[in-house]
Amino acid sequence: MKTLIIFLFIFLILVSCSTGKVKIKIAGSTTVLPIVQAAAEEYMLKHPDINISIRGGGSSIGILSAINKIIDIGNASRKVSSSELDITKENSQDLIETEIALDAISIIIHPDNTVDELNLDQLQDIYSGKIKNWKELGGPDFKIVVVSRDTPSGSFAVFNEIVLIKERVTSEALMLASNNAVATNISYTPGAIGYVGIGYVNDKLKLLKINGIYPSKRSVKKNKYVLTRKLYMYTSETSKGLAQDFIDFILSERGQQIVEEQGYIRIK
Amino acid sequence: MNKFKENAFKSVTYIASLFTILFLFGIIASIFLEGLPLFNFVKIKDFIFNTAWHPTHDPPDFGILSLIIGSLYVTLGALIIALPLGLGSAIYISEIASPRGREILKPIIELLAGIPSVVYGLFGMTFLSPMMIKVFGIPTGLNVFSASIILGIMVVPIISSLSEDALSTVPKNLREASFALGANKWETIIKVVVPASKSGILSSVMLGFGRAVGETMVILMVAGGAAQIPSNIFQPVRPMPATIAAEMGETVIGSPHFHALFGIAIVLFLITFLSILITEFFINRKKSQ
Repeated sequence: MKTLIIFLFIFLILVSCSTGKVKIKIAGSTTVLPIVQAAAEEYMLKHPDINISIRGGGSSIGILSAINKIIDIGNASRKVSSSELDITKENSQDLIETEIALDAISIIIHPDNTVDELNLDQLQDIYSGKIKNWKELGGPDFKIVVVSRDTPSGSFAVFNEIVLIKERVTSEALMLASNNAVATNISYTPGAIGYVGIGYVNDKLKLLKINGIYPSKRSVKKNKYVLTRKLYMYTSETSKGLAQDFIDFILSERGQQIVEEQGYIRIK
Repeated sequence: MNKFKENAFKSVTYIASLFTILFLFGIIASIFLEGLPLFNFVKIKDFIFNTAWHPTHDPPDFGILSLIIGSLYVTLGALIIALPLGLGSAIYISEIASPRGREILKPIIELLAGIPSVVYGLFGMTFLSPMMIKVFGIPTGLNVFSASIILGIMVVPIISSLSEDALSTVPKNLREASFALGANKWETIIKVVVPASKSGILSSVMLGFGRAVGETMVILMVAGGAAQIPSNIFQPVRPMPATIAAEMGETVIGSPHFHALFGIAIVLFLITFLSILITEFFINRKKSQ
């Protein structure tokens, strides 16, 4: 038994030595996550000596961790806010912002729902709790289950800015922690409405037209779809070298192809 | 030499216990240090009794009544589910099962305690919640009821194993006296054994309460996260631990929101502290009997 333990211990040490590769640490928005994961897989294939670790957490976590230099790249689906810059003044001066892709916040409902289209006012009324039944929107007699992202989410911040403006999100709303949780929940909840990054829309969900326009490559690029946003990567001057190389890869032709493969819209 | 060894051992264990106390007080102190500044922004009364929780809105609302009630609903629901299951299995294992059956059953129930809470959460999110919608025809499957069921299952091993301990310490002569008076097995269990181990069972329930009220992952995944006072058990809630876990990452250190989350931690700490005090009270009363 004792020899086994010693053996395991040595084994662990050896393993940890052999993985002593150069590391890029990335965290933040779950909207940006699929792009980064796919890009990182390719990047690591090309550069076997580099190890990229990726976590979600939400845009706020991405930005704050990048400012505090806990990680090398912070993903965000919104711009850094002025309060984040204010409070972390000393650290945030060398924060570098790179736009890597475009995304459309897509409004999704259960496929059985007959509603096809909403406008921003209706969306605001739904999320502030003024409209409570699909009947009022010409749909089936279902109670509306409002699904929102939780407060650290960049989607939540952007959605609130464009749709809710000064209103508060209804206290009945389900607050879920990730794009995937929202998509899964809506796929089995007949009365639900929610929003996800366009990369998360699949055939178990029904995409809605907003102000008469579907989110698509064209409508987003021409800035016709109202819920369009940019996706960002934040780095600091100190973590530049390798992190910058990875970002350059995402901005390259192949990187932007990956962006499209994941269902987002290229920035270049 | 032996004396030296003994002294060394004594001081090592002494330092170990000292550290535990140090950590405890360190954690308590930091919670209060970070939580109390909130009351420069919000009155205690408004914090506890206001139901609106919109921490990122401008201006923000920091009322946690709906979070406290969410926690209590889910926890009480869990206990209502766990008590009959836990106590029932404890009675079966301690009083009725054959020694062989006991040997098989006991570790299986204790295995429940070994499943990581995130696995319970995943189960609730992907299996229980869709089933709820189909079976009950309710709008959403992430609600008080689902969370209570999952939490209840998690609390069963605590109630079961502690109650079983309590039941098995009931002296044999009590049982024999009961049989001698003509009582059958059922009457003996219900009227003699269970009442005699009442305080042990109560303390197991209180420990289960403490476990359920502080559980975070399951609540985060299954309770729905809506900061409202539910009007029935099929509505989503946002219990306190889920709020802290979901929002701590995004807060700017030193902001009112940051302090408010520590304020919630204080309330949560006081509730679990109280439940431990009550447990101790029951255990001590049992000893002095």
